[in-house]
Amino acid sequence: MDFSIIINEYQFYLEGLWTTTWLVALSLILGLCIAIPAGILRSSENKLIRFPIWAFMYFFRGSPLLVQLFIIYYGAAQFDWLRESWMWHYFQEAWFCALLAFTLNTGAYTAEIVRGVISTMPQGELEAAKAYGMSKWQTLRRITLPNSLRRALPAYSNEVIFMIHGSAIAGIVTIVDITGAARVVNARYYAPFEAYLAAAVLYMCLTFSAIYIFKQWEKHYRIEQ
Amino acid sequence: MKKISLLIAAVILSSNVVAKEWKSIRIGVEGAYPPFSQTEADGSITGFDIDIANALCAEMKAKCTLVKQDWDGIIPALMARKFDAIIATMDITAERQKKVAFTDKYQHIPARFVALKDTGYEATDEFMKGKNIGVQRATSMDLYISDNYPSAKIKRYGSADEAYLDLKASRLDYVMADSAAITGGLLEKEGGDKFEFVGPQLNDPKWFGEGAGIAIRKKDKDLAAQFNAALKEIRANGVYKEIQDKYFSFDVYGG
Repeated sequence: MDFSIIINEYQFYLEGLWTTTWLVALSLILGLCIAIPAGILRSSENKLIRFPIWAFMYFFRGSPLLVQLFIIYYGAAQFDWLRESWMWHYFQEAWFCALLAFTLNTGAYTAEIVRGVISTMPQGELEAAKAYGMSKWQTLRRITLPNSLRRALPAYSNEVIFMIHGSAIAGIVTIVDITGAARVVNARYYAPFEAYLAAAVLYMCLTFSAIYIFKQWEKHYRIEQ
Repeated sequence: MKKISLLIAAVILSSNVVAKEWKSIRIGVEGAYPPFSQTEADGSITGFDIDIANALCAEMKAKCTLVKQDWDGIIPALMARKFDAIIATMDITAERQKKVAFTDKYQHIPARFVALKDTGYEATDEFMKGKNIGVQRATSMDLYISDNYPSAKIKRYGSADEAYLDLKASRLDYVMADSAAITGGLLEKEGGDKFEFVGPQLNDPKWFGEGAGIAIRKKDKDLAAQFNAALKEIRANGVYKEIQDKYFSFDVYGG
């Protein structure tokens, strides 16, 4: 057992930690931007709106994140029209493909969380809003969203943790994230135990930081313990 | 009590004194490095390395089991006793010899760059600055590029096949691998006619060693001796040449 190699190669791990952090953070933010409208419109009365959102959520929740990343990274390169368009400028970058896959994936999962908490809104509050003469939009903005997003926090914190862990597959498409760094170090020194243990410690730091932040948030909103 | 300790002593002594003749050997192979080792549609593994492994086992009259293992975990897996030897076009390098022992070489093929036709090439870090170079992770080429072209953007892949895919998708400017692997895995395959070798054949022993050998755990010296004897035999009796001619039109053993 020789942990001096981890200390010698610490800059790989720092680079990996930074990559994992911004990749996951950005996917979560963009994913949330998809999830909230999708979660609301999922229960729309219009079939033309409801069906595409259902299909999106069904696909991204129904298949593994790894497969989705492969489809976007290797699959996209197969189409000449895509490679000749301006979009290839982005699709040729591994980070963009990973960001896209992660965003759509977490977007679909979070949309399901949002749909769930909206459908379990206390009927009394909605009736009270109606009695006050609030329009549909006002009810959504003033009553439904604040109440349900607060209740969504515990479930969403789980999704964040899953995303941090799921991001480990980014290394497969040449990105040097935490796992990617561990692979480079393992490849050089053939020391899998030390290399991956260091990666596990970094993931634990990230995960526990996320859990801590969510705990503070939940306390702030006094969510049912 | 005395009897038992005598028995234990006898067991320990016998296992230490008598060199074990290996009758059953598990061999780690990669299965993603054509034409040395590739996985067929039906799941079976074929290729030069595989034929060599089978020929050596036949020569040693040993029962061999092939175990498929991804490249970047292949040395750790050997040390974790998942198998007893690696036959996977592994260059005998000083770096690897810190962890494992090698038999004599069984082939020696230079490494080369491959790129789209008419891509320029200069062997300087300045020219390679910002260029995307694909290599297979944990190979001699990985180290060679990392050490010689630090300003290039090195992309590391789990297998050479994945690097070829990204070269075809123009995500990479160059790929570096064994020249014979590039010929068999890219140039002779569909769509390969758009690519060509660039630059000279590279075989600096500092990075590429003295050729590819069979890797074994350091303490299994008897197994190394057994492999070396069998290797000499198949070189002498023409079996090696027969296998070589099946895959290559040139001498892969080297001088």
